[in-house]
Amino acid sequence: MPLLEVKDLKTSFYTRDGVVRAVDGVSFSLEKGETLGIVGESGSGKSVTCYSLMRLIPEPPGRIDGGTAMFDGQDLLQMNEAELRKIRGRRVSMIFQDPMTSLNPYLRISTQLIEPLRLHFDVDKKAALNKAIAALEEVGIPEASSRIHSYPHEFSGGMRQRVMIAMALITEPDLLIADEPTTALDVTVQAQILDIIKKRQEVLGTAVILVTHDLGVVAGNCDKVNVMYGGRMMESGTAEQVFYNAQHPYTRSLQKTIPSLQTKGAELYTIPGLPPDVSKPIHGCAFYPRCPYPKTGAAEGDRPKLVDLGDGHCFADCHFCDSSAPIESVLTTDVPVEDITPAGAAE
Amino acid sequence: MLKFIGKRFLQGILVLIGIYALTFFLVASTPGSPFSSERAMQPEILAQIEAFYGYDKPVGERFLTSVGNILHGDFGPSAVYANRTVTEIIAESFPVSLKLGSISLLVALLLGIPAGILAAVKKNTWLDYVPMSTAMAGICLPTFVMGPLLALVFGLIFAVLPVAGWFGPEFVVLPAATLGLYYAAYFARLTRGGMLEMLNQDFVRTARAKGVPEHMIVWKHCLKGGLIPAITFLGPALAGIISGSFVVETIFQVPGLGQWFVKGALNRDDFLILGLTVLFASLIVLMNLLVDIAQVALNPRLKYD
Repeated sequence: MPLLEVKDLKTSFYTRDGVVRAVDGVSFSLEKGETLGIVGESGSGKSVTCYSLMRLIPEPPGRIDGGTAMFDGQDLLQMNEAELRKIRGRRVSMIFQDPMTSLNPYLRISTQLIEPLRLHFDVDKKAALNKAIAALEEVGIPEASSRIHSYPHEFSGGMRQRVMIAMALITEPDLLIADEPTTALDVTVQAQILDIIKKRQEVLGTAVILVTHDLGVVAGNCDKVNVMYGGRMMESGTAEQVFYNAQHPYTRSLQKTIPSLQTKGAELYTIPGLPPDVSKPIHGCAFYPRCPYPKTGAAEGDRPKLVDLGDGHCFADCHFCDSSAPIESVLTTDVPVEDITPAGAAE
Repeated sequence: MLKFIGKRFLQGILVLIGIYALTFFLVASTPGSPFSSERAMQPEILAQIEAFYGYDKPVGERFLTSVGNILHGDFGPSAVYANRTVTEIIAESFPVSLKLGSISLLVALLLGIPAGILAAVKKNTWLDYVPMSTAMAGICLPTFVMGPLLALVFGLIFAVLPVAGWFGPEFVVLPAATLGLYYAAYFARLTRGGMLEMLNQDFVRTARAKGVPEHMIVWKHCLKGGLIPAITFLGPALAGIISGSFVVETIFQVPGLGQWFVKGALNRDDFLILGLTVLFASLIVLMNLLVDIAQVALNPRLKYD
């Protein structure tokens, strides 16, 4: 049984201007200790997927309209507040995009770090504090025993994200959801942060959901990859399948945008057009208006179903049922992963 | 911390000197004098009176003498009420105003802050709408409407509370309620705003993700920051409650300071005006100092310097 199995997750926001279908039928599964990458452009529903799993969607206006998320035999989406509180921070932890605002500026780091321990375990303050100092050392914060009493504003962005990681992992959760953990950070710090997550994951055996819009980050760190677009799944599979045998035109377009694969000096490739407006119902294929191989009729009718190619590699059949479309591979196996990952990440 | 307090204290003294000098020369340059009356007075008698109060000396000298006297705790005689000194008047009525003011402030804080927190936590429910519309009504309703209204209901219709005078604890209730409710409305709205801002911060989401229960999110994570707007208002509120209670004092016949403010100005009682100015200015300076200290204590991003 997988650690987490999400089926047909649907989350919408009921706003005055209409229903925003932020996540529209997302399914995936995750084994213990595995890393799943969720990639997609801004507004593709990556973060909302994560917040839905943690049930952190503000309700109203948000609402989880359907689906199941079986976590170790329990459906996260059906839990009440009390049950959720036992899972949150104990078995499923989360780190956020912006470490500058995600820590409470009015409370000392120590207070915030020991909070999960004090909430979920029967430990006294002193033991919790010792564990917190050890946790800070593990994420590479020097002089942890004195700096733990600082306030967040006395730390840099990278340091704060380290604190967030330490705080999320202090209870040794089964699953860590990292929502764009490096987006708000300096490029030089990004690689370090990913490295810390990876190292802690190896020690603790935590499964990780890594949300990013950086394909390079996914290539270097993930076992499985979900490609999302317009709140829907476009393609999913192992990192290898999605990278070297990309089926969906969107995945390929995304690959084309990786800066390190483009000729130096040339203008960087961007996918023409804009992501779809999910506040309006999308008929047919969500990617159709920007698709380099548009299939006639893809804009109407039913939305493309996920087609299983075997070995867990799935893609939305938006054009390949029409086998006449050209298949040009962007990435081939002779491009090493190191070339895709951001500078420094692979050391 | 001590350095900060010392520095602010000295600044406060400077402000006080400035206010006193300004008031003194404004009063001195106002046409007429405390001793002019409708009846014609013998010039010799007027000269004698003026000599008695020191008005025969030049303004600058009078200023320096008065500053010296104040430093010795002597605010001078009342220029209008014979045989009474300003110090006596203040000593008699300030405790009354202070008592009424602090009880009113307590009412304001004990009602306003919990109401504001509740409204923010239960945003857009009847627990938000009811207290907040009441607060809006409270702000819009002047004390000279609220006071007689309360007097009418509790003094005449139910006849449970006295409506005028200052003799026992029961006499405090109506004036303190009138004054307190008005400021409670302000505190409620400020607290609601402050708490809402905190509850919408990213760190609240982090706390939820850690499994922190809602009541701890409010008390532990949001209260400190959420109270800052209300604390900031505390200084002006106290000054306003004590000096602005003239209306309430008049309605309920409370022998407080507010009446002297008005009487002093109307009678051109120079010494009384100056004495009261010094008193209120010191109060405001002191309150603002306390508020500054409280703010640094609440917000770790501010430092004592």
